[in-house]
Amino acid sequence: MLQVILKRIAIAIPVILVVASITFFLVRMAPGGPFDAEKVVPPQVMKNLNAVYNLDAPLFLQYKDYMFNLVQGDFGPSFRYPGRSVTEMIFTGLPVTLELALYAILIAMVIGGSAGVLAAVKRNTALDYIPMTIAMIGICMPTFLLGPLLVLFFGIHLELLPVSGWGSLSGDKILPSITLGAAYAAYIARLSRGGMLETLGQDYIRTARAKGLPEYQVILRHALQGGLVPVVSFLGPAIAGLIGGSFVVETIFQIPGLGRFYVEAAFNRDYTMILGTTIFFSALIIFFNLLSDIAVLLMNPRARSEA
Amino acid sequence: MKYSYLYIFSLAAIFSCSKAIPPVDSAIESQILHIGNGTEPQGLDPHIVTGVPEHHLLIAMCEGLVIANPYGGENLPGVAKSWAISPDGKTYTFFLQENARWSNGDRLTASDFVWSWKRILTPSLGSQYPDMLYYVKGAPEFHQGLTGDFSSVGVTAVNDTELRVELTHATPFFIKLLSHYSTYPVHKDTVLKHGAIDDRNGQWTRPGNFVCNGPMNLNTWELNKEITVTKNPLYWDAEKVRLNEIRYYPVSNESTEDRMFRAGQLHVTNVVPLEKCPVYIENKNPDLRIEPYMGTYFYRINTKHPVLKDRRVRLALAYALNRQQIVDKVSKCGQLAAYSFTPPGTAGYEPDTSIEFNPELAQSLLADAGYSDPSTFPVLEILFNTQEGHRKIALAVQQMWQQNLGISVQLVNQDWKVYLAREMTGDFQISRAGWIGDYEDPNTFLDTLRPNRGNNKTGWENQEYDDLLAMANSTNDQTLRYQYLNEAEKLLISDMPIIPIYTYVKAYQISSDVKGWHPNIIDTHHPKFIYLER
Repeated sequence: MLQVILKRIAIAIPVILVVASITFFLVRMAPGGPFDAEKVVPPQVMKNLNAVYNLDAPLFLQYKDYMFNLVQGDFGPSFRYPGRSVTEMIFTGLPVTLELALYAILIAMVIGGSAGVLAAVKRNTALDYIPMTIAMIGICMPTFLLGPLLVLFFGIHLELLPVSGWGSLSGDKILPSITLGAAYAAYIARLSRGGMLETLGQDYIRTARAKGLPEYQVILRHALQGGLVPVVSFLGPAIAGLIGGSFVVETIFQIPGLGRFYVEAAFNRDYTMILGTTIFFSALIIFFNLLSDIAVLLMNPRARSEA
Repeated sequence: MKYSYLYIFSLAAIFSCSKAIPPVDSAIESQILHIGNGTEPQGLDPHIVTGVPEHHLLIAMCEGLVIANPYGGENLPGVAKSWAISPDGKTYTFFLQENARWSNGDRLTASDFVWSWKRILTPSLGSQYPDMLYYVKGAPEFHQGLTGDFSSVGVTAVNDTELRVELTHATPFFIKLLSHYSTYPVHKDTVLKHGAIDDRNGQWTRPGNFVCNGPMNLNTWELNKEITVTKNPLYWDAEKVRLNEIRYYPVSNESTEDRMFRAGQLHVTNVVPLEKCPVYIENKNPDLRIEPYMGTYFYRINTKHPVLKDRRVRLALAYALNRQQIVDKVSKCGQLAAYSFTPPGTAGYEPDTSIEFNPELAQSLLADAGYSDPSTFPVLEILFNTQEGHRKIALAVQQMWQQNLGISVQLVNQDWKVYLAREMTGDFQISRAGWIGDYEDPNTFLDTLRPNRGNNKTGWENQEYDDLLAMANSTNDQTLRYQYLNEAEKLLISDMPIIPIYTYVKAYQISSDVKGWHPNIIDTHHPKFIYLER
């Protein structure tokens, strides 16, 4: 197992460096610069700004300097927010986004997992059709629709929950977590249903039943471990996706997370911020995929022996 | 079974929340104002930043020689309690408040202004607003690196409370410029403690480090969440300040801001969502305010384009637009049809121009230009940046030109930075544009279309126009000055390098608890005049 982990880490480093290099040249190819504004910056000022941020050096030299600093963990200063380093901004937004992603994934697992298991156990009954129909709607409904609907109902109509914010008003974390978690709950419901159906047809489940074990024990003690393997494989990329894709929910609910920096950096041509967040997200995706692979290895003896 | 408990627990968690008291309701007693402030500010260094959200914050935390009048019109005393202007209009002597202090207790003196103006004019700082001080003698030369000797710049501390400023020409709107944050003083010791004079990335603007001289002090700054400022007891006019705290929320999403207002989380919004404005007008929403704003929405024409360089074509395009219909049926938020570049009423200036809606005249002008058969007219492109409002206007213009002139128009939608890059390099035919005045004077509009101005972007050069503006800006006689400016404006409209469409309005929502918030064309609401009362 340790070998597998080390091998994956060894592959991850060049992957991140390639991502950084491609992103570096791609953002420079995009028209427009970080200091372009409706009120035109006079040429003298532009010259000064380019000098301040080393943008007047040849591109390859800039690339070399950037990569040299990157290897030392320095993402450079933000062009859009003078006085802020990219590292500082990433680590300001990250805890918020991680917290939001954690709540969302918990909601998704509890709701989606239980609905999927129930649907598999009560296959071809109302308890299968209804949750699966809701799951299908959940997958199809975008967060930018679900979020405002929840806000209108719980925030404005019932006046039960704050309509925006994160950690400022009591209960302001509930609606964003549900909004972000809903789509993933739907996926998890379908995956866990599929996984459980496959497991419930296995010989060892039949043996357990034949030995007279109560049904709830058959499901909880024997079927769940195998049935939830597809869900666990999905969780790694899902968490990475939640972190990277939380932009919409962060915007709807005015949450100071990392997703907003990521997207706004692209619009602002904040070169260092685009690079910093892209590299950081790449590392996160690799990390969570690795975690999910380890979890699958732990849960699935066959996979372990193949590894 | 286990899962049923979880369901019940989750639902109980939601419904156990009792109705919370909205922040707006608890704010009367605490005098805490909650404001929607657009986007996250770039920073809080008045010599570096450029945007409107930054302006809202800086007028609360810092103060220049003068402050904007909450009712509009002439500026009011700020750090300068009074000033004297020499008969030739070139020398200004400012007498500073004796009790003006920095928020750390240090005395604010005239030399603080000298050092601060030196800072913004220092080329290596890369400030984007040094031109606000270009009217000061020697300032452009210092900023452009032609001299490194700041004593050649016409700003001198005569003594602690007397600041003398010498201008190159009489500049009648100079006092207006001085309420702009780029002219604000910064605390020398604090700035230098956290970096050099030209350090853009100094940490002096962080909470705990920040020292300035306004009615409020920086308290907290959480990125993309909120900035809170609290009353500064050392402010020279502190007894007039009634608010204890202001919380600024960088809500970039208009719909989110609207929901926050409806839920009682904000006293004032920055904008009203595009689609909600007509609904609120129809429903007579009592919180909705629509006020004149010093900005013009217009179409910029590339006069270097082989077809559009013909004045008759430009006039035909302008006369074929029904502006009233655009504001009534398309923008639908109280905008005013524009018949001049400078918004009427800017510092008492009333432009004497008109642009009639006359399709017949437009057609004959097009025929005169050699396009009596409109099908021979090349397909025109309208460039605009991604935004629903711009798209709707472009569609209306496309349809009007098609219907009234019989010409074909293509719409080109681009990302903001691509749009800017194309405008800058002249890679456009017609582009949508907007201009918001930096200070309350017609010069802030008309100056942009002088030759060699970076913001011109039309390629239009007119020596007579340039001469008229030069004459206007070197006379001390305001009536004569406005005559010159009016003549320049007429020249501009008769040549039509830009097609004005509408004058902006400021549409926002405000709670009836907010008092002392008066409409003004520059949308500046100084916190020392605002308070909460129900």
